[in-house]
Parts: sequence; C-alpha cells; structure tokens
Amino acid sequence: MSTNTDGLTAQQIAQAVAGGNLSALGATEAALGRIAKRDSVLNAFTDITADRARASARAIDAAIAAGRNVGPLAGVPFAVKNLFDVKGLATRAGSKINRDLAPSPRDATLIERMEAAGAILVGALNMGEYAYDFTGENVHDGPSRNPHDPTRMTGGSSGGSGSAVGGGLVPIALGSDTNGSIRVPASFCGVFGLKPTYGRLSRARSFPFVASFDHLGPFARSTGDLALAYDAMQGPDADDAACTTRPVEPVTALLAQGISGLRIAIAGGHFQNNVFPEAVEAVARVARALEATQTVEIPEAARARAAAYVITTTEGASLHLDRLRQRPNDFDPAVRDRLIAGAMIPAPLVDRAQKFRRWYRARVLELFGTVDVILAPATPCIAPKLGQATFMLDGVELPVRANIGIHTQPISFIGLPVVAVPVPLVPMPIGVQIIAAPWREDIVLRVAHALERMGVVAAPAPRGL
Amino acid sequence: MTVENALDSYIDAVAKALALPLEEAWRPAVRANLEVSLRLARLVDEFPLPDETEPASVFAA
Repeated sequence: MSTNTDGLTAQQIAQAVAGGNLSALGATEAALGRIAKRDSVLNAFTDITADRARASARAIDAAIAAGRNVGPLAGVPFAVKNLFDVKGLATRAGSKINRDLAPSPRDATLIERMEAAGAILVGALNMGEYAYDFTGENVHDGPSRNPHDPTRMTGGSSGGSGSAVGGGLVPIALGSDTNGSIRVPASFCGVFGLKPTYGRLSRARSFPFVASFDHLGPFARSTGDLALAYDAMQGPDADDAACTTRPVEPVTALLAQGISGLRIAIAGGHFQNNVFPEAVEAVARVARALEATQTVEIPEAARARAAAYVITTTEGASLHLDRLRQRPNDFDPAVRDRLIAGAMIPAPLVDRAQKFRRWYRARVLELFGTVDVILAPATPCIAPKLGQATFMLDGVELPVRANIGIHTQPISFIGLPVVAVPVPLVPMPIGVQIIAAPWREDIVLRVAHALERMGVVAAPAPRGL
Repeated sequence: MTVENALDSYIDAVAKALALPLEEAWRPAVRANLEVSLRLARLVDEFPLPDETEPASVFAA
C-alpha cells in the first residue's frame, strides 16, 4: 500500500483511502513527516496533534475494514488556524495572553464537520495576534514564512494556513477572514482561498474579532478540494447567532457546469489604484481568459474600506478592553497601540460607518443586477519581505501593513462570497478575487474551476523549500 | 490650545475615562493610529446620508 502522498489532492487521497489503495494512517503519517521536514523553515504550525491524528486515522481504517461509509474526505489531513477551538488545547488566537485559557472542552463546529466527513486534524496553525494583521508576522511565535521564498511574508492573519497549504504540508487548511485574512495569504502563498458569504459557515467555538465581519473558510491547492471542504462544512448551527438557516447548497457537483452565460466584469476605480504591475498583470490574465472586457465601478469602495477600518478598530478595542487594562504588556505592542486608539473613536463616527454600510450594500446589490461576477486584485502586490514596513509605488512611499488589504476590505465589509485564485507568476504568485452576489458561492467556484481547467490559475509547487 | 495639543488632551481624557493604561512610550503610536482612524472616519462622516438610513445591523425582537 502506497504512502507517498506528496502532491496528491484531497480528492485523490480520499479516493485512494476509500478504495483501499492507501490507508488513512499512511496518509496521516505522510503529512506528519512533511510537517517534521518542512515546518522548521515555514513555521506554519504552532501545535501538532499527532496522537489524536493517528487515533482518528486508525478509526477511519477500521471503519473501511468494517465496510462502513467513511465520507468524502476520508483520510485527508487538514489543519486549522489557532483561533479554532481544538479539544484539549487553549485557543491562543495568536496571542500570549490566551495561552492561559483553560483547554477547550470541545472542537469548533467546522472541525467536527470536517472530521464527520472523514478528514484528519493534524494540528493548529500560526496567525497574527488576535487576527488584527495582514502580514503573517507574530512576535510571540515568530513569523510564518512564505513557501515560495521564506524571506517573504505569508500575508495574514491566516499566515500559517497559507504557508501550510502553499508548502504542501496539508492539502486543506481552515482560516478566518475579517477584512481579508483568507484572501491575502492565499494571494501571497499561491493557493486557492474561499471566503464564503457572511453567515454561510458556522463560527461556533472560534475566537472572534469583529462579530459582523468574521467569516471562516478553507484554503486548498485545487478548486475541487476547496469545494469538497466547503460542502462538508455547510449547514445551520444554533451555536453561531449569525449562521444562516438556509439549506445546504452543495457546489462540488456544479463545478463542471462551466461559465457560459455569466456576465463578468473587472472592478474599476479604487481597485485599479495603488496596484503594482504584478497585480495588474494577474487581473488582466484572468480577465482575458474569461473574455471579460467590461469595467464596473463599485460605488464608494474607498469609503467602504474606510468604514470597515473604523468598525474593525472599535469592535476590536471593545473585545479586548479588559485585556488591555489588565495585561497591556503581554500584547504585541503594535496590536496593543492600534487597539487602544480604537477605543478612542467617538461613537457617532462608528454609527455613521454602520449606516454607510447599509447604503453601500444596497448599491452593490443593485450592481449585481447587471453583472454576475466582478474581478479585482486580492492584494496590490506580491508578498513583501518579512519586516518590510514600506513600499514605493509611483514614486510614493506607502506603509505596507495598512495597504495590503485595501482591495479585500470593501468586499468582506458587506459579506460577499469570494474565491481568491492564484495566478502563478514567477518568481512569486499573486491572487485575484472572483466576487459574486451573496449566497452565490456556486458561481465563484465555477469561475475559479474554469480558470483552473484553462491553466490560467494554479497553486505552484513550493519554490522556496 | 493647538489641534495637536487638543488630540493629546483627548487621548488622556479618554484613557482616564475608560481606565486604559497609557505609558508615555506608547503615546506616539497610539496617537498615529488614532489620527489614521479619524482621517478615515472623516471620509465616512462627510458622506451625506438620509436621516432615515438604518445601520447595517437591524435589531429583531
């Protein structure tokens, strides 16, 4: 029985396990071996749950031997950003302070659903402190590193998730996205990332950041794997007040439907400002392949980004107020200073941001009466160097951290579904956002799948290992 | 009072009202962050909205 699973997709692993050509334990040991070999460079993992993984794998193998149905992700190793509750671990959420929490008594809902589909949890992943980060750097655990060049950022805040999938350690990882924290590391690390519609996937038993912006979602190296994970995790959950009661709407069987008839446009204005040539080239390649020539203006997108920034910093400050009072020196100083400032925004300005949000949502939904898909850069640039504070654009020096998310924030602000697709430019990949109307994950995944079949987007083999 | 001093006084007053610690060494970064947030908030503030506009979240009893 083969145990070399390097480069296999989750679908291939699950088929091999279900067909008796690979054991779940073999697939798990192979993943643990890759982590042991490569994570000293990538620093993607903060916890490796080897004992638990081996026990789960043996249970899958026993179920197969007994002729029981083991689910569509049988034996597929996966890992989660360390803000997901993992039974027996303190949910650190990238912080020092949370390490003092009691061990979680139960897994996050999405872990339970992945495991119910046969997947094997192998560990928890590095992230920016309390998810208030676009870089993937972490003062407590060290930075997660880019699999295509370990001197570069992974992007954040789900940096370990991007690194672990981009580096081929696991075929699927889960992350969270409040303002871009799935789409940014997907872009920098050259993998596919799905930020579903707000409310689509349960956030129960994950550490929050900004309640009305927080989304969870998968990273993968192919659209098929992304859809498989997404389908396994759908469904209502009374433990998350924002989780939809809509019925499960599986997309895996729809991927091959193609894109004929879809009206696809390129985002103009804000989304074409402050971008490096690589981002322009990536959007142009995707647009050309999709024969998209129309440009649409998402109205007031720069203002939407500003409003998202204001709401984020105030809700973040509110969440951490007691920790700021009691343990200010245990925060990353940069995060602490942002949060203290966030506590000082006058309330009327926050209320106006929330009212603007409703106005903006209505205008963008009107736009989806005339187009089905909007294309936009996922990041304005390829992964910057670790520790890089500024970059030069059109002769102007701009701060890196504040500008990485300028194209993702106006989209998550109103909860639209997005797949970030990797355009395998050399030497570094970069992502493009495929955006649709709320609840149309089927459309963004179909478009991503079509691009993958055309060879325009792909997760490149790790170049930095 | 200059605008600059006014912002420092505001920072001191809010920190005191919320019982937030604020060491002098942190002040430049807190102040810089607040200036960015207020600049962005002004961008939203200056956008005219009808009085009837509901906020994004609508309470349901």
